[in-house]
Amino acid sequence: MNQRIGRLERPALMGVLVREIINFSSFWRSSTFSATVEPTVYLLAFGFGFGALVSEVGGFDYIDYIGTGTVATAVLFSSAFPSMFGTFVKYKFQRTYDAILAAPVDTEELVTAEALWIGIRAGTYGCAPMLVAMVFGLDPSWGMLVVPFLGFIAGFGWAGFGMAVAARMNSIDNFSYVISAVLTPLFLVAGTFFPIDGLPDWAQVAAQANPLYHLVELVRHAVFGFEPGADVIHLAFLVAFGLLTWRLAITWMQKRLVD
Amino acid sequence: MSALTLRGVVKRFGALTAVDHLDLDVPEGTCVGLLGPNGAGKSTTMRMLTAQAIPDEGSIEILGFKLPKESKAARAQCGVVPQLDNLDITLTVEQNLLVFAYLYRIDRAHRKAAIERALEIANLSDRRDTKVDKLSGGMRRRLLIARGLVHQPRLVLLDEPTVGLDPQVRQELWALIDRLRSEGTSILMSTHYIEEAERLCDTVTIMSHGKAVASGPPRQLVTEHAGAEAIEVYGPPAKLAEVERSSREAGLKTRRTGTSVSVLGVNGDGPDGERRPTNLEDVFVLLTGEEIA
Repeated sequence: MNQRIGRLERPALMGVLVREIINFSSFWRSSTFSATVEPTVYLLAFGFGFGALVSEVGGFDYIDYIGTGTVATAVLFSSAFPSMFGTFVKYKFQRTYDAILAAPVDTEELVTAEALWIGIRAGTYGCAPMLVAMVFGLDPSWGMLVVPFLGFIAGFGWAGFGMAVAARMNSIDNFSYVISAVLTPLFLVAGTFFPIDGLPDWAQVAAQANPLYHLVELVRHAVFGFEPGADVIHLAFLVAFGLLTWRLAITWMQKRLVD
Repeated sequence: MSALTLRGVVKRFGALTAVDHLDLDVPEGTCVGLLGPNGAGKSTTMRMLTAQAIPDEGSIEILGFKLPKESKAARAQCGVVPQLDNLDITLTVEQNLLVFAYLYRIDRAHRKAAIERALEIANLSDRRDTKVDKLSGGMRRRLLIARGLVHQPRLVLLDEPTVGLDPQVRQELWALIDRLRSEGTSILMSTHYIEEAERLCDTVTIMSHGKAVASGPPRQLVTEHAGAEAIEVYGPPAKLAEVERSSREAGLKTRRTGTSVSVLGVNGDGPDGERRPTNLEDVFVLLTGEEIA
């Protein structure tokens, strides 16, 4: 594996990143709009809707609880979705990847650079709900500075997940299966809107395998105080998730892009 | 020296053999045409040259690099112009070139000059800030070609460079390609436009069912396979069939040319009809067959 990673050349990664950055400059307004407005809607709806019924959840003010929980939602929405759809569109419809692979860039570098870029974006947009929650009364803390990095790691993993899925799909309609059967349950059973300890045992166990759950826990701990023992495990899980989906995306994209 | 050498290259997709023991050479500084009907294996061959398809057998060497192992080094010195437009349509002309200046690793000091040069080649200097989706089809194709030339490649791979374009635009692109060749760039061009190959290529390889069925300078291929002159005979189907039969009995090759039959390689006597010089199209149809697969 070491030798393979050595093959990641900086100029190749840069080339792919520059393409993404220049493209992003043409649509950052809409992305930023949705990244900020979405969590605001969640906070308002759940915060004032549910918040009227429950003032405290798991020892937190409900607004603080979902303000930190939806960081993971924002990370998921700005990584897994753009990755799945973007990858599919870029190899199937726009044939962008054909153009990039004709340049001195290998699939491994292409996938890595795309995942890095999506990770960076997810890390940045992941902070939006937290910032919105601060407007609604979430107290600032030093640990919040770690949140973009947590978002980056998880975003990198979801980017790999999205690319791996896109590499196996023959039609864009098939994404519905993944969204309904995988992403929606993961998104709901992550401790974002309600604690998972109220769920049946099997669901609690299943949640342990949910990267979003680990991200939610890490973000809450970063904001309200770390729990070193547990957090090392949460972090290790996210890193492992990222490495796994990254390698899987490379293998499957290679199969898809190179005959 | 050869800019590109293929020896015994085979590429299979399941039961289908898309490229079947293909040999091909592009001597440095020349333009070689890969001519063949749709499905002859031209595009697969092109994809193998950028390691986007890996051959099952045979060897490929480009600019001294062995593929697929050293493909990245080869790709750095090749310019690729794909058949299907894959420009970033929401970006401007200049931004598209800038992205490729990075992808082809042009260092910062030379980046601006390289982009200006490419804009000049594409004759798009005054359109630099126009978004690609606002360009005409011809401009897009020029940009697509210029994008592949931004790093001044030693070998250019053109996959059907003028497919689907107006005759005027096609002329314009031919001038561009001819200029490239006169500057010493090696070119491999796949096409199914015969006139294009005839005008631009020093040598032509005709492909059919994944095999090279003939190879040589266009004029030489014509005389070799179709002789100097052809007679085109018009008439009702029965007459055409009769001409075909009698010519073949006389040892002459014929081919259908729409509403007429062309009798090829006539020296002196032949059936009554319009005499015309033979051309590459005659060779093409003779060698690749009249039926469309």
